[in-house]
Amino acid sequence: MGIVELQHLSKTFGTGDGQVHALKDVSLSVDEGDIYGIIGMSGAGKSTLVRCINFLEVPTEGEVVVEGRNMKELNEREIREERARIGMIFQNFNLLMQKSVLDNVCFPLTLHHEKKEDAQKRAQELLALVELTDKAQSYPAQLSGGQRQRVAIARALASNPKILLCDEATSALDPQTTKSILALLKRINEELGITIIIITHQMSVVREICRHVAIIENGSLAEKGDVEEIFTHPKSRAGQKLIIGGSDPENASAMRTVTELLESRKIRIVFSENSSYEPVIANMVLTIGQPVNILRADTKNVGGTAKGEMILGLPGEEEVQEKIISYLKDHNLSVEEVSGDVF
Amino acid sequence: MFSDPIVAMIIRGIGETLLMTLASTFFGYVIGLPWGVGLTITKKGGLAENPLAYRILDVLSNLMRSIPFLILLILLIPVTRFIVGTSVGTKATILPLTVSAAPMIARMVQSSLEEVDSGVIEAARAMGASTSQIVFHVLLVEGRISLISGATISTTTVLGYSAMAGIVGGGGLGDIAIRYGYYRYEAGIMVITVILLVVLVQVFQLIGNRLVNKLDRRR
Repeated sequence: MGIVELQHLSKTFGTGDGQVHALKDVSLSVDEGDIYGIIGMSGAGKSTLVRCINFLEVPTEGEVVVEGRNMKELNEREIREERARIGMIFQNFNLLMQKSVLDNVCFPLTLHHEKKEDAQKRAQELLALVELTDKAQSYPAQLSGGQRQRVAIARALASNPKILLCDEATSALDPQTTKSILALLKRINEELGITIIIITHQMSVVREICRHVAIIENGSLAEKGDVEEIFTHPKSRAGQKLIIGGSDPENASAMRTVTELLESRKIRIVFSENSSYEPVIANMVLTIGQPVNILRADTKNVGGTAKGEMILGLPGEEEVQEKIISYLKDHNLSVEEVSGDVF
Repeated sequence: MFSDPIVAMIIRGIGETLLMTLASTFFGYVIGLPWGVGLTITKKGGLAENPLAYRILDVLSNLMRSIPFLILLILLIPVTRFIVGTSVGTKATILPLTVSAAPMIARMVQSSLEEVDSGVIEAARAMGASTSQIVFHVLLVEGRISLISGATISTTTVLGYSAMAGIVGGGGLGDIAIRYGYYRYEAGIMVITVILLVVLVQVFQLIGNRLVNKLDRRR
């Protein structure tokens, strides 16, 4: 049994004609120590989902079991106590703007009547963890976005939670800062053993640190499983849209025009175990003697291994196409055909 | 220009005006602050949503604010006589001033607290904060700049109302202005008292602005 179990969760807002079904029968299980991504387009219901975990939103139907406790069976006070064991960080950081960094980190401890000296000592330790010791006396307004999120993380960890919920925690940050925040989350997961649940619309975030992922579309669970597995072979339409179409909707529409222009056969290749130092595509072009059209490429070097994907438009002759596909397969790349309508 | 008794009277008038204004504003907040907090949290979507409680607080505040101060002053005479022991003089004016200021202050407080970022409130809830903890540690702390600005406006408004207390012999600068300036056509005294009232408003505003600048951490 996972540390967080969601069973047949549904959430409906409003009544009558104005009813909105934010969540429809979502079940998932998060194991202790995992980094679990929940991804979906905006409005898919993922924020509602994460708020059901700490009962900021009470689900209309279904069970939420956290650390073996069924949230529905707890009274108001017990729910508040349970919330203290679940840290949460937000897209807009949500720091107290009128309190210093140190007081912000102390805040959850103050709420639980911890002695001031003890709280400050703990806060200093946490600020050291997020590398902001020198900013203890600053105010949030004086910090950059990345620094504010670090303060928020320190604050979320103050009450020694077992679980950390991240609601679009990197969406307001630039790519460089996003990277450093994700690295920090990973370190927290590894060093403190805290289970992390990440809500995001960015596939890159999931790919970067998550081990498992659930894809939410229109309030329903489209697909869930191992990140590597889903990333390589997305089965659901929502999954394909997110992974192949790119996380960015604007990107996807730009892609459509390109692919419609080139009505050739297209394949998608996924890099997972190739050496970054081996120029696979260039070698293939040289070997076969036919050009390919790179319609989309999103790869990066992770510890010497190329990770990512590429979409190639193939030349017209079928014989050449087969040659290319078998060449790529021989080089341990996962190849699948894609048609125009996947975008 | 003025004889000693008149100077002494004006100085006493300043004291009386300050007493009326500050005491009424203070008591106004004693009632208006919890009232405003109540309005904020019982409102739809608030921390302790309660349609009935909100309706009562809301209607009461509108009702009381729509009674002109001068009428209220007269309507409250029996109540004032019962509580204060007399219905004339500075002390007797504090009661109607308070009654008139409280619902206005409640609205000021409500609008200040509603400015507080809902994200911060949600973060506090996620940490397991209770409603009262959110009120004292988040709403009143994060909203304090707006609350102070509101208090400055409330104080100057009460100062303005206190001048009307002259009608019932309430004392203060307004009383002097009416008695000497209006009833006895002594324009000089009236001008002086009006100038003094303007100066007082300026001073309150200045103190308020200074406090806001000193306490705001958002920059």
